[in-house]
Amino acid sequence: MDVQGWSILLITLSFALYIGVAIASRASSTKEFYIAGGGVHPVVNGMATAADWMSAASFISMAGAISFLGYDGSVYLMGWTGGYVLLALLLAPYLRKFGKFTIPDFVGDRYESSTARIVAIVCAIFVSFTYVSGQMQGVGIVLSRFLEVDTTTGVMIGMGIVFFYAVLGGMKGITYTQVAQYCVLIFAYMVPAIFLALHMVDTPIPQLGLGGTLENGTPLLANLNNLHQDLGFASYTSGSRATIDVFFITAALMAGTAGLPHVIVRFYTVPKVKDARRSVGWALVFIAILYTTAPAIAAFARTNLLQTVSGQAYEDMPEWFNKWETTGLLVHNDLNGDGLIQYTGPNSDVPNELTVHKDIMVLANPEIAGLPNWVVALVAAGGLAAALSTAAGLLLVVSSAVSHDLLKRCLKPDISERDELRAARISAGFAVCLAGWFGVHPPGFVAEVVAFAFGLAASSFFPVLVMGIFSKRMNGLGAISGMIAGISFTAGYILWFKFISPESSKAENWWFGISPEGIGTLGMLLNFLVAGAIHRFAPPPSHETQKMVEAIRTPGSTTK
Amino acid sequence: MTSSPPSELQDRGSQYWRRNIRLLLGLLAVWATVSFGCGILLHHFLDNYTLPGSEYPLGFWFAQQGSILVFIAIVFYYAHAMSKLDREFDLEEE
Repeated sequence: MDVQGWSILLITLSFALYIGVAIASRASSTKEFYIAGGGVHPVVNGMATAADWMSAASFISMAGAISFLGYDGSVYLMGWTGGYVLLALLLAPYLRKFGKFTIPDFVGDRYESSTARIVAIVCAIFVSFTYVSGQMQGVGIVLSRFLEVDTTTGVMIGMGIVFFYAVLGGMKGITYTQVAQYCVLIFAYMVPAIFLALHMVDTPIPQLGLGGTLENGTPLLANLNNLHQDLGFASYTSGSRATIDVFFITAALMAGTAGLPHVIVRFYTVPKVKDARRSVGWALVFIAILYTTAPAIAAFARTNLLQTVSGQAYEDMPEWFNKWETTGLLVHNDLNGDGLIQYTGPNSDVPNELTVHKDIMVLANPEIAGLPNWVVALVAAGGLAAALSTAAGLLLVVSSAVSHDLLKRCLKPDISERDELRAARISAGFAVCLAGWFGVHPPGFVAEVVAFAFGLAASSFFPVLVMGIFSKRMNGLGAISGMIAGISFTAGYILWFKFISPESSKAENWWFGISPEGIGTLGMLLNFLVAGAIHRFAPPPSHETQKMVEAIRTPGSTTK
Repeated sequence: MTSSPPSELQDRGSQYWRRNIRLLLGLLAVWATVSFGCGILLHHFLDNYTLPGSEYPLGFWFAQQGSILVFIAIVFYYAHAMSKLDREFDLEEE
């Protein structure tokens, strides 16, 4: 069977699996719709969180990005896992004890302010939507490449599937489909990685392959450094970003990860505080399986690519090369007309003739390595699982922000359980359609905004949540001024360097040499400072709120 | 359980909280050391060595794989230590 036949078979099977799971786990109450009834086993929740968290970007783009960035790509590896330490130690157990449905719930109740609640609602919806359009776009790209339908049809199919289980099952349906999706995506990620590791460094464990030795006796990484030096690229293991920038980007991604609403809300679904603590650990284990494999795939793919194309005749290129050329993600421009492909870096005298989009690396890797057709198709099914699971989690945040936080808590407190559930379903359905529309007509800035969602979450949600738990004296005035200072500083800096004056976005113009990707860290510090200074001008929170803070700090005790 | 006067209960509550803070500050120090320390600030220096028994440059290893493994250990250790603390202070949930 050819790649397309295998793709249709595997994608159809995986979709049938998700629909089956969704039908088996329909939601019948708002508690089931928002937090899956609150009785999810910590290991199951960990697996669902891993699928929720690992998006099309983690699955398709991350290894490719590391492949081109080398050491500099470590910011994603450390940033997107280190955030779970913050989550486990500073947020998840206390928010679980608080025991409501959403992040705006906590912000509004803790700071006794509907302004704070509304700011939180707006932030949650904004962050989730920028993120979800990226997922829908990912679905479209994978389906159009592997099923050879056009991107719009691809997005429609993806929307249909998400619509089905998110609207029907809410958090309960999402949780169990995410477990199925985790299994599909990790299998799809590991199989080609294992093949590659065996093929290149003769070990079945790709994680160890990164430190392995090639057939000719040179260590993989040393060989890669030599290739890089010969072709004029920066050393693979040293990188070229300034240390301070690497430091700030990593910190921003960590705090941003801990502040993302669709991740935090997953820890409301386990039965006890103790389970919330353990569940974060399991989530991190399931994430780490992919995240420790990604740098190995990156190094394998880089070596493969350089050896296959560099200095070779264009005519001798294998089939995958031409296939990806038609998508425009791979471009060869024979500048000196010698029929050979000169692929060189910035330090070389020879002009570079090849541009390779980073998203190709994971999707084309099995073909580059000459793996069987079913492995190639498996990667398509895995990419879809990653994109769909994240999209569903984000859409749920949007729908609960509208039906629960806005409708029930702000506008119409006397709404009945049945009407609230119906409102939740309608807003979920509406959010799916809007996300699909963005997937078909992606605003040009989606990719950039997704990267900055972390900076914005780091400079707004993260400090407000941490202060709400660890300081009894912090009040609404302090929290709101902190959030506004942090998020407007961060957004302003990003807007200036990315949209208003992109030509000036160079290290010598950046403050302290911090790129817009890392500025969220500074925004976060500003948030803490402003909140710390301003909160003194208003009285401390009420006695009840202080009691509530005491209660969320201790697992077993009840508030009486 | 014997009923204690409220002030004593409060003392126990703040003692539990102090122990928790001490534990998590210690673990955050480890978290920062492996990632920001070994993986970023000391990366070039550590790259002069390799991970024992392999060909990894040590700083690069911390940045791309090692810190992640330590993160997992930190989270599970915290969960374990807090469960013990909950038992000691009689704060386990039903």
